[in-house]
Amino acid sequence: MDSKTLSYILKRIVMAVFTLWAVVTITFFVMHAVPGGPFTREKAISAEAQAALNAKYGLDKPLFEQYTTYLADAVQGNFGPSIKQRGRMVTDIILDGMKTSARIGIIALIIATVFGIIFGAIAALRRNTIFDRIIMVMTTAFVSMPSFIMGSLLLILFCTTLGWLPANGASKGGLILPVITLALYPMSYITRLTRSSMLDVLGQDYIRTAKAKGVSERNVIIHHALKNSLIPVITYFGPELAYIVTGSLVVEQIFAVPGIGRYFVNSITGRDYTLIMGTTIVLATLIVVMNLVSDIMYKIVDPRITLE
Amino acid sequence: MDKNPLSLQVNMEDFLPATDEEKAYMVQMRPSSTFFKDGCRRLFRNRVAFVSMIVIILITISSIILPMVWPYSYQTQLGVQPGHPVDPSFNNLAPMEYSTTEQAAMSRGESVFPHLFGTDDHGRDYFIRIVYGTRISLAVGFFASIIVLVVGMTLGSIAGFMGGRVDMIIMRIVDVIYSLPDMLMVILLASVMRETLGNALEGTVLQAIGSNIISLFIIFALLYWCSMARLIRGQILSLREQEYVLAAEATGAKAGWIIKKHLIPNCISVIIISTALQIPSAIFTESFLSFLGLGVNAPMPSLGSLASEALNGITSYPYRLVIPAIVISLIVLGLNLFGDGLRDAFDPKLNQ
Repeated sequence: MDSKTLSYILKRIVMAVFTLWAVVTITFFVMHAVPGGPFTREKAISAEAQAALNAKYGLDKPLFEQYTTYLADAVQGNFGPSIKQRGRMVTDIILDGMKTSARIGIIALIIATVFGIIFGAIAALRRNTIFDRIIMVMTTAFVSMPSFIMGSLLLILFCTTLGWLPANGASKGGLILPVITLALYPMSYITRLTRSSMLDVLGQDYIRTAKAKGVSERNVIIHHALKNSLIPVITYFGPELAYIVTGSLVVEQIFAVPGIGRYFVNSITGRDYTLIMGTTIVLATLIVVMNLVSDIMYKIVDPRITLE
Repeated sequence: MDKNPLSLQVNMEDFLPATDEEKAYMVQMRPSSTFFKDGCRRLFRNRVAFVSMIVIILITISSIILPMVWPYSYQTQLGVQPGHPVDPSFNNLAPMEYSTTEQAAMSRGESVFPHLFGTDDHGRDYFIRIVYGTRISLAVGFFASIIVLVVGMTLGSIAGFMGGRVDMIIMRIVDVIYSLPDMLMVILLASVMRETLGNALEGTVLQAIGSNIISLFIIFALLYWCSMARLIRGQILSLREQEYVLAAEATGAKAGWIIKKHLIPNCISVIIISTALQIPSAIFTESFLSFLGLGVNAPMPSLGSLASEALNGITSYPYRLVIPAIVISLIVLGLNLFGDGLRDAFDPKLNQ
């Protein structure tokens, strides 16, 4: 690794840290812009009780001090107590929801990537055949369908009409549909990405050279074509994770999965501000870190690429 | 006649009227094609893009005209009439079904307009709610894209023209906003802004639009201008260096002329295309927010909020979810395919 790559990586890390700081800052000040503070929606409470609550949650201190305290706590992964769920810490709620969400998300990520690459490669190798046409039509349709519509249609089809799978995510086999719903969009995107980059690579000179040397069709595809056509897929890892994270908000709502996305949506409707802040920061960190990793991988995998 | 080579006398033959043969040489074989006509021709030849254009136009026109002529309105609860007890037989009608009151009226020989898609649980005609929701979704998508265009164009051209420190600051801001997880920020802003804006809008014209849509527009203005600004800055920087701009400057063209005749025609297609492709993404975002309960204010419907409401009765009335789902997918798919067609037709540089 040369010094240029190293300095690029360093620059990206600094940028990522700065982004995370921006996320925490924006979240904090946006939440404080809510008129009246977090307790106004509760039933009328006496002035002393209000003051005691404010003192308990540190809301009586000057804004800047609250901000620095929150920043210091957030760095240590401590987002304070939940306002609406008595006696529970935001961090605990998030960790609790993460168990289910991470399982769905990781499985969806793997399915989307593996099948996306396979379908994309098939479409490119069998270009302009019926396979290619079907794959392209299906992926175009999936890419234009919002995740909540995809989820609801699958729910109608498999739970209501056919009755094959349970509609509740907490029951046995209930995580199959959420995983499929989450995986379909990124899978279609990766299919299209792989197809176009594969077609690009297949036209390159070194493929012709390999064929001319007498390398078998299979080896040409696996060792020469596939490897190079996967480079654009790496850049998509970041956005893919971001999609799965935001998609899980909706999907967990539809299939009643007890995950972090469901808690997040409920915290919005229930105006649980500390939980909204905590979840936003955790999910944002996930996305920013994944973007960073996929950018750095991209740079290392393909040294021809000069970024900036 | 012998001609003196040094004679200044003009050659009379040069001034004879042109023969028909010579005239034919100057006649245009066919009218010269402009860039716009060329693009339209390419666009119409692209069958997929043409069909999607027709679909989008049909949906748009019907969403504008149908509410004007339809006998039902999107917010009238048909069972609730002043001076009468609430008639629950209007609620949850299946498609083409009539309530008991309407059946009685029909048996008396009066004609009753059918409920094409039935009614919802408040006794509102579902067809007109779908049509109206389509109108709202399209309008939100369209205006959000215009806002993105205006903000992005302003900041992008400022960055491109000023250069130096201003450019650097704007581009750093773009970098930061670009790396923010956009959907999370949208949800965060939307959930807070509906609280803050509700009171501020009280009594103004904007109240009719609803605080949630306004906050959606503000979010788009704040977060989604980045790619547009980058695009326009890039266009300006690259176009400024072109030889034909230098040539125009050298021949004494004024700045206004160069902008009008060289810069705008050369980047307008790129700008229009990316604005067109912004519309489906805005519709996507709006329906997503509506689904989370952060979209349009009730009783105004949007396709996203209709789908989200339908989720509660999904076992009994699945069609109530399927219909808005199909309409959203049609619109987004149609706009995407049309946008792609536009890009292929009007941006020949991208095709190479």
